Amino acid sequence: MNTIKRLLGWIWLLLGPVTIFYLVRTAGHEIAAKPVIDTKVQWGVFIIVFVPIAIGLMIFGYYGIKGEYDQLPEDSSQL
Amino acid sequence: MNNTTAAPARGIWKVIAASSVGTLIEWYDFYIFGSLATVIANQFFPKTNPTAALLSTLATFAAGFIVRPFGALVFGRLGDLIGRKYTFLLTLVLMGGSTFAIGLVPGYERIGFAAPLLVLLLRLLQGLALGGEYGGAATYVAEHAPANKRGYYTSWIQTTATLGLFLSLGVILLTRHSLDPDMETSIRKFNDWGWRIPFWVSILLVGVSVYIRLKMNESPLFAKLKSEGKTSANPLKESFGHKANLKMVLLALFGATMGQGVVWYTGQFYAQSFIENVCKIDFEQSRTILIWAILFATPLFIVFGGWSDKVGRKWIMIAGMALAITTYQYIFRQFLHFSDPATKVELTEKRKLTDTKISMLEKFPADTIRTTTSELHYEDGAVFKEIRTDTVRVSADAPTKISTNVRYVDKKLGNADYWKTVFWLFILVTYVTMVYGPIAAFLVELFPTRIRYTSMSLPYHIGNGVFGGLTPFIATLLTTIYVNNKLSGLWYPIIVAGICCIIGAVYVSNRIDPDVND
Repeated sequence: MNTIKRLLGWIWLLLGPVTIFYLVRTAGHEIAAKPVIDTKVQWGVFIIVFVPIAIGLMIFGYYGIKGEYDQLPEDSSQL
Repeated sequence: MNNTTAAPARGIWKVIAASSVGTLIEWYDFYIFGSLATVIANQFFPKTNPTAALLSTLATFAAGFIVRPFGALVFGRLGDLIGRKYTFLLTLVLMGGSTFAIGLVPGYERIGFAAPLLVLLLRLLQGLALGGEYGGAATYVAEHAPANKRGYYTSWIQTTATLGLFLSLGVILLTRHSLDPDMETSIRKFNDWGWRIPFWVSILLVGVSVYIRLKMNESPLFAKLKSEGKTSANPLKESFGHKANLKMVLLALFGATMGQGVVWYTGQFYAQSFIENVCKIDFEQSRTILIWAILFATPLFIVFGGWSDKVGRKWIMIAGMALAITTYQYIFRQFLHFSDPATKVELTEKRKLTDTKISMLEKFPADTIRTTTSELHYEDGAVFKEIRTDTVRVSADAPTKISTNVRYVDKKLGNADYWKTVFWLFILVTYVTMVYGPIAAFLVELFPTRIRYTSMSLPYHIGNGVFGGLTPFIATLLTTIYVNNKLSGLWYPIIVAGICCIIGAVYVSNRIDPDVND
């Protein structure tokens, strides 16, 4: 199971930038197609909110690769 | 937690009641805004484009959700510094005050752009307050509960979100019906000014809840930590600045709350929006369908919460997500099927013409538009309103119909289809109970007492506020991009829940923590 956790870590690590790229590209297309304030606000909000989350996913993936999730803590002294 | 610090059986019910009533009211406050989105759009946003107005309201709705994680940080920190009791008292007052104030803001026609701006600010305050409320209530109950019943007792808190929606729908329908003996006049009055009443009702409910909560004691675990001087000096830094805890915050978000949030908001909000705006089922039926589904499914929160004390939290939540991912397309297709006039046999002798309008086109003076509205009755008891728009060219020879557009609105389903829709919505809400029932216990067990309020609140509100809260908005947006597929909006919850399902299954432990007193 630990091997799977580490291998999947690569997917989460890569999924972060893929999400950011897809998000920014779609936002660009949508704003170009309909350059009104509503569209800009909507997609601006999406980028502001989801980019940090995608970075969080990358950190999660990195921790997965490093084996941080191989053994989960069982009490607070291990945190 | 060991059983010596748990509240006695009678005491725990007081704790649950005080926490649940306040949380229920907060959800009520939060939902009346969403449930009245269309009415509020007319009151506070420019009417030039109804879709833009609705989107603006949804954006405001989303703003209410997006600030929730910030509320989680602000009030979570307070809760870990000064205590659970006073923090969630503060959030309750803030929420009740903002809701009441929304009911007082004059419309756009009277004060212009100040109106939507004020509403937006109050909405943001609501979001902040809600961000601080849930973590406090869940932590407070969990820290009073015995270890072997933590899932069961905290699941009562989980019912409040659904019951808050239920209460908001009930108050709205009741107000809408009771402003005048004549139904149409009553609805007109409601759309004009009566929509404010559900907002004003909140202040009474909050008053009662504050009174109850003031009588409660501080959480025994937090009080013990405080008396020993072991509370955290900087809960934010401890929660997110230390790798050992940050990795658990990320695991909670990506392995549980993210999927739980989208399943919840798809089942209870996007489904209602889909039934009303895509299937075009009439206002009242779309709400009573949801009310029945919620009523039947709500006890399942307790069932799954209690069951998680025996089999663990993880697999119940994962099963809920997996079922949602695999059946969403089918269930939403059923909603379309029940409301599709092509699948029904019309009783043509009952067809009734209710309105005819003829208008000229300024740019094409030779063309006129004839709009006829008819009431159609079907064999299965359904009644649909048909709006037929014919563009007619008047030439020297004879009028020629050059285009026809037919749409069906205000659909009232027949008895059988009505209850089938209730059934499928009940299934969707059942998924909600599976992912949501055990989650408070799951989150509480992940983090230590000294930083629990902060640590569990943030992933919960990013999962529910951002991923979940934006579900109706993003799903609706997807249907405007992929216009030929009415079910395209479902790809958002399916993908998010799919990723969460894999992460949860592989990384999350199914262990029930026997001791949260650490």
